[in-house]
Amino acid sequence: MPSLKDLRVRISSVQSTKKITSAMKMVAASKLRRAQDAAEAARPYAERMERMLGNLAGGSAARSGAPAMLAGTGKDDAHLVVVLTANRGLCGGFNSNIIRASRVLIRELLAKGKTVKILCVGRKGLESLRRDYKDLIVNSFTDFGRKVVVFREANTVASMVTEMFTGGQFDVATMVYARFKSAMTQVVTRQQIIPFPVPAAAASSDATTVYDYEPSDQEILGELLPRNLAIQTFRAMLENAASEQGAKMTAMDSATRNAGDMINALTMKYNRSRQAMITKELIEIISGAEAI
Amino acid sequence: MADTLKLELVSPERLLLSEQVEMVLVPGAEGVFGVLPRHAPTLSTLRPGFVDVYAGNAVKERFFVTGGFAEVTPSTCTVLVDEAIPQASLTVAFAAERVARAKSQLEQATGGEERKRADAALAAAHVMTEAAAGLH
Repeated sequence: MPSLKDLRVRISSVQSTKKITSAMKMVAASKLRRAQDAAEAARPYAERMERMLGNLAGGSAARSGAPAMLAGTGKDDAHLVVVLTANRGLCGGFNSNIIRASRVLIRELLAKGKTVKILCVGRKGLESLRRDYKDLIVNSFTDFGRKVVVFREANTVASMVTEMFTGGQFDVATMVYARFKSAMTQVVTRQQIIPFPVPAAAASSDATTVYDYEPSDQEILGELLPRNLAIQTFRAMLENAASEQGAKMTAMDSATRNAGDMINALTMKYNRSRQAMITKELIEIISGAEAI
Repeated sequence: MADTLKLELVSPERLLLSEQVEMVLVPGAEGVFGVLPRHAPTLSTLRPGFVDVYAGNAVKERFFVTGGFAEVTPSTCTVLVDEAIPQASLTVAFAAERVARAKSQLEQATGGEERKRADAALAAAHVMTEAAAGLH
């Protein structure tokens, strides 16, 4: 049986924890709004880029000599897995879900006898994957998205991927991240980024328009593809940032609620034992008086 | 009122401009070209320069773009830019800072891809400096 003082100390410590978690929840909520806005604002570019690419690829994919980034290297031996996670924890199952999905993917690929390379974006993913797949990790970024996701960071990741690809270091690249659905649900997604899957709808619907190309369609495609990779990465990073804040908000909300429950239970216990103590003292006094 | 076309200026971060305009000048890789309504469908890459939005015979808005793509259809003109700087924020100091940044990038660049990118950034920064000097 803990003493009254112990109980008091515990209550106050749970109270301050509750204050912290509820403050974190508020912070996550406001960051979530910002992240969501950013994700939405980035959508027009990605959509138009997709449409342009669909136009180009519709013509070019049919012909031979399409860039390797679109058509693939024709092999399927070496895979690059890009794992996007958060830099910080305390966001529920967000990081562990992504990491678990990545592990599943990596195991699948290894089981098929493929060569696997890992690129970690985000500290949590690196810390966790480093334990099992230390030798497979080719590079990592852990200082991104401090405040907001900026395009330049996505560009850095994308240019590294492009360079590895042109250097023939892998054939297929897949990105693992959490797609934002709502504050409650984030869907862990694997997305193939190289070779780029041409959106089927875009390729067929606009195929009727014939464009003039300046300088030439191959050249535009050659520039558009790396750019598209950057955009896809950027989009994934934005989705991930929104997901992280959503997960954090939900996690902190339930933590706050749990702390509230705990305070109630502890307060109840505290009052009960206080009452028991008073009763005991009264009985002692009364029986003492009777004894005289 | 004269015919208009829908101009959309989009950067990766957001949609910068979406409005009906009478004419727009786009710095294409093979020369600046003007886009009027009912322009032939064109896809072009851009080089660093100004995108000029015209209303009547006067320039209404100018944006400095560092590069990107333009898609023109008879009724729309979509300009996807890497970065767009409104004319008002384009100063000599701003451009000088860009030059410095691009130079340091170039020094740190290790791989071929990175180097190419830094080179392009530096070239854009130089064009920017010239443009800024011409403005003020």
